[in-house]
Amino acid sequence: MLIRSVVLSVFALFSVLGCSNQKIDSKPTITVWHWMTDRDSAFQALAKKYESLTGIRVNFELYAPSDAYSQKIRAAAQGTNLPDIFGILGEKRDFASFIKAGHILDITSYMEADNSAWKNKLFPKALAVNEFAPGNSYGINPGIFGVPIDIMTIQMVYNKKLFGQLGLNPNRPPKTFQEFLDIGNKIKAAGMQGLVSGWGEVWMIDCLANNYAFNIMGKDKVLATIRGEVPYTDPDWIRVFSIFKQMQESGVLAKGIVTMINKSAEQLFANEKAVFAFNGSWCVNVYKGMNPNLEYGAMLPPAASDKYPISIWGGAGSSFMVNARSKNKGEAVKFLAWLTDQDQQAYLAKETNNLPANKNSLSKIPEILAQFARGMDYATHPNIWGVSEFSLVIEAFDRGIQSIIIGERTPEQVAGEVQSIKERELAKKRAR
Amino acid sequence: MKIKEALENYTFVLPAAAIFSVFYVIPFIWVFQLGLFEWDGISFTRTFVGLQNFKEIFFQDKSWWQAMWNASYITLIALTFQNILAFMLAWACDREIKMKNFYRVIFFIPPVLSEVVVGMAWRFIINDIDGANIINRTLTGMGMPNLVHNWLSDPNTALTTVALVHCWKGFGWGFLIFLAGLQTIPRELYEAARVDGASAWQSFRKITLPLMVPVMVLVAILTVLGTMQVFVLIVSLVGGEFAGHTSVPVLRILASMRGSSRFGYACAQGITFGMVLIAISFIQYRFSKKARQ
Repeated sequence: MLIRSVVLSVFALFSVLGCSNQKIDSKPTITVWHWMTDRDSAFQALAKKYESLTGIRVNFELYAPSDAYSQKIRAAAQGTNLPDIFGILGEKRDFASFIKAGHILDITSYMEADNSAWKNKLFPKALAVNEFAPGNSYGINPGIFGVPIDIMTIQMVYNKKLFGQLGLNPNRPPKTFQEFLDIGNKIKAAGMQGLVSGWGEVWMIDCLANNYAFNIMGKDKVLATIRGEVPYTDPDWIRVFSIFKQMQESGVLAKGIVTMINKSAEQLFANEKAVFAFNGSWCVNVYKGMNPNLEYGAMLPPAASDKYPISIWGGAGSSFMVNARSKNKGEAVKFLAWLTDQDQQAYLAKETNNLPANKNSLSKIPEILAQFARGMDYATHPNIWGVSEFSLVIEAFDRGIQSIIIGERTPEQVAGEVQSIKERELAKKRAR
Repeated sequence: MKIKEALENYTFVLPAAAIFSVFYVIPFIWVFQLGLFEWDGISFTRTFVGLQNFKEIFFQDKSWWQAMWNASYITLIALTFQNILAFMLAWACDREIKMKNFYRVIFFIPPVLSEVVVGMAWRFIINDIDGANIINRTLTGMGMPNLVHNWLSDPNTALTTVALVHCWKGFGWGFLIFLAGLQTIPRELYEAARVDGASAWQSFRKITLPLMVPVMVLVAILTVLGTMQVFVLIVSLVGGEFAGHTSVPVLRILASMRGSSRFGYACAQGITFGMVLIAISFIQYRFSKKARQ
């Protein structure tokens, strides 16, 4: 009897409390998922600022490492549980798949409102990464589907102190590929290590090889190759593969570069154990943390041909997308517009040493970052080409270059192998 | 009465059968089903391709079979070198030696360490420019400078180096299981053998080895299953597949899933790999049955 009374009393109490007046908070909470450990504290600070200005709470949720984040996003997409704002890690075709599945909001109308006020603030090349042009090969309606929050370029950096020790002018990095190879001989003679990079993780090999492909044969021929109109056995492509053989033979590459992870490469360069590094503009923050006194400069990869300009990979470093199914999508877009305003971008650049996506925030960045920013004039990216290479071809291409560096295959052999995989994939595509 | 008994028995088995189905059988069927589709892992639509993915694995994907070969090579080294070492150390610790408990603890430290930590530590020990170069320095110190080598960046030595580091990390498990097995052998058997004039070698050959066969088979199965699935250690030691020289099936599955966004194909690879492991385990089991008879 007593137990029954207690249970009934508790039930009645909760019922009364449940019916009581509650203050309903009409302001939504925007949830953002990201993987950027180095930017998390800056994001949290900006979220607090935004809440104090608008009353809207922004909840930045960090999921690292990036591999785990990438899987989380895919799983959430399958369950239609994506947050209001999220980023995508992957290639343009992954981005296209998310759009096709209806996960990403087309923000073109927001960008182009008020005479394209928002769009005009941002670097066009950073925006292009998030844009699908008319007639793109992914079958996506033309439009802008993401907001760049910072930009990056991938270039070479050189150690000024070690340059001095080699008898070179620390303010004049090599401009031509031959000059670069000549420095390789000096590096070998001095017993130093040359270029370090995360070539064990392969995608950076792809990046440098593409830089030289643009330089040697021009953009049109590179894209024609991707479309299957030019074979990889073309002499220009063999010259691209040969670049790596020449670098290896001259001694300009550090020992063990083919199994080097980028973190090790960054440590080696920051600790002044390597003369050159091939790295993205994010390295400024990394090197600053590892060795604040490091004296270095950024440079474009030395040109191997004067026929076409050298191109580097660059554009949007990280971008955010708005969930098309979110009930807060209007607020989410407004927050992203605020995040890419001059002051917020300047704050992010100052706190994280990343290049701002807002053109007007560049004036306050340090000189080394400005050097990377100047590289934007030469920037291109596979995500803006409108066509994409088969992933199996990219894999064979990158592995082949590793084989060339270790002296296992010749450039001609690699070209033949890559082309045979290309033909197989093209045949499969035609059969579909 | 019989029906009631049968129902009772099935009721007791039901929770285990349900858990096994939910966590093993259903996912396996589901993964197999996904292996029959072309799917990017994101879209809601999938294209049915039948057994095309399996056909591609068996007849076109050379890198898959190279990965299988690499994993088999590491497994072979683990089955021999790692398990012989584990057995010898367990046999030594089973005897009355000083500080045997200390050795037991020491030998069991590597398996409990994270594979990433082990990989990074050994990378530091082995590598020259981004490490301490201890192996090469030791070789030079021992008057063998001609053996000095880029162990992890040479295609001829990278896989073997990975295999040896894997053995170092994994021998503790075998050691522990062998030690437990050795301790179950009645001491009276050895005493009786000694009384009959058997030498230490004869005791080992006629008592220890036959009675340890089931344990050896268990360790062998666990070694095969554990080693074939190695990949974290490889990523932390050599950064990835190193022009295919350190490629293993799990890295291939990851490459299909993440690099190429071919989830259907990755599922087909996973099923093929799983079937290979089941087949190997089954052969080992049959072999152990025969050996016991």
